[in-house]
Amino acid sequence: MKSIRLYVIFFLMHLKSMMQHKVSFFITLIGQFLISFNVFLGVYFMMTRFHQVKGFSYSEVLLCFSITLMAFTLAETVFRSLDTFETIIGNGEFDRILLRPKNSLFLVLCSKVDLTRFGRLIQAVVMLVYGICYSSINWTPLRCILVVLMILGGVCVFGAIYLIFACLCFFTLEGLEFMNVFTDGAREYGKYPIGIYGKTVLFICTYLVPFALFQYYPFLYLTGKSDNLWYSLLPLFSALFLIPAFLLWKLGLKHYQSTGS
Amino acid sequence: MKKYWSFFRIRFIRGLQYRTAALSGMVTQFVWGSMEILLFRAFYQASPESFPMTFEALSTYVWLQQAFLALYMVWFWESELFNSITTGDVAYELCRPVRLYDMWFVRGLAVRLSKAVLRCMPILIVSWFLPAPYGLTLPGDVKIWAVTILSMTLGLLLIVAFNMIVYMSVFYTVSSQGIKLFVTSLAEFLSGSVIPLPFLPDHVRTIVELLPFASAQNVPFRIFAGDITGPDLTISILKQTFWLFAFVLIGRYLEKRALKRVVIQGG
Repeated sequence: MKSIRLYVIFFLMHLKSMMQHKVSFFITLIGQFLISFNVFLGVYFMMTRFHQVKGFSYSEVLLCFSITLMAFTLAETVFRSLDTFETIIGNGEFDRILLRPKNSLFLVLCSKVDLTRFGRLIQAVVMLVYGICYSSINWTPLRCILVVLMILGGVCVFGAIYLIFACLCFFTLEGLEFMNVFTDGAREYGKYPIGIYGKTVLFICTYLVPFALFQYYPFLYLTGKSDNLWYSLLPLFSALFLIPAFLLWKLGLKHYQSTGS
Repeated sequence: MKKYWSFFRIRFIRGLQYRTAALSGMVTQFVWGSMEILLFRAFYQASPESFPMTFEALSTYVWLQQAFLALYMVWFWESELFNSITTGDVAYELCRPVRLYDMWFVRGLAVRLSKAVLRCMPILIVSWFLPAPYGLTLPGDVKIWAVTILSMTLGLLLIVAFNMIVYMSVFYTVSSQGIKLFVTSLAEFLSGSVIPLPFLPDHVRTIVELLPFASAQNVPFRIFAGDITGPDLTISILKQTFWLFAFVLIGRYLEKRALKRVVIQGG
């Protein structure tokens, strides 16, 4: 309870500091929107040309796109500090955090909340509403809950990936750029249901990094392409990805030697 | 001329130092290219008759795009240049006996080329070895190679000239943030880096192809892939030349006007 109150205080603090540069904030917000709007335009023109891809219609693709985008954006907003963890380690900020009487991971998360990403969230919400209204999904209470579960599962998966990034920084002391494949790549290509990329990609995204567990399989159930009720539970399983990530964090923390700066 | 050449060499050699970054960039680009092709394969399987180009041509386009990303991506801005205008450091540059436009132009070229040189070969070679419709298909005609290289050069100069216009505009607006974001996302889409331009609906495509951004990566990659042939080829090259001259003239005009009454920021 206390932690939540602390987080809220930190959140308000970040909000206040961002509002000091209102113009800059809103321009970045619009920029974020425009960049992901390009991706939407790409999807739109592809779908008007082809009408369907592997049996998924335009509105279904939009629904899938919005779920991935929303999960990614929420995760990026909250876990942004882990994405730039090498600077926190590099400038000695992490040593200061370790001195404080609270969980260090929690304090790292508090140290940065990036609200400019909300430009993307607006787009995700619009697409979600469109997808819900125009797709021929037979909405039951379970399916409504499933959409929420998919988004939350996605936040957990992306959060876990960010956490793993940060853990690697403990050992390498610098960011590993190619890890972006897993975050930006998943956002970029998660706009379509993962199954359309073929068996190999689906295999990797099921067993190695569980993107498909919150995106593809539950989506099959959501759109009525599969009756397997188990698929709707998979987003919960995808959240389990946080456990190895967290253990890795513990391990990294044990090994951590300050950069000495 | 000699001073610009040495300036080019300095920047180029400096760019070659970032080898680890190039390696991880290559991994990223390879994954990106593969995913892109798998995505288009799904659409191809959905309805091959709606596909506006052959699948070989598309794969070639995607691999060239990934290999030469550094040459044609509009978003490779040099924040140092923006900052130098905003902070006033540009005053030092103005003291030198070189023209600002030419110097920055050469610099932009060098940075992009050094990035591309480090990254392109491994991607090109690996993609060349990929199985038939998914890899890079080389044209048999030597003439196509020559035209592609000419067109690539024009496209690169065009992009750098466009960057220059944006850098120069900062002399008037001071803050670069807004214009940078807006222009980047617009140019990205119109140049065919989100989806290749042939995939746009015909009426949208006719308009987009008249715009300058279609003269950047769109032309050389499609020439190489055999998607632009015959009279279209000549027209495309002429369009590239026209837009290049237009952009250079606009950029130089903006520079001249800005430097007539330059306000140096900061203190």
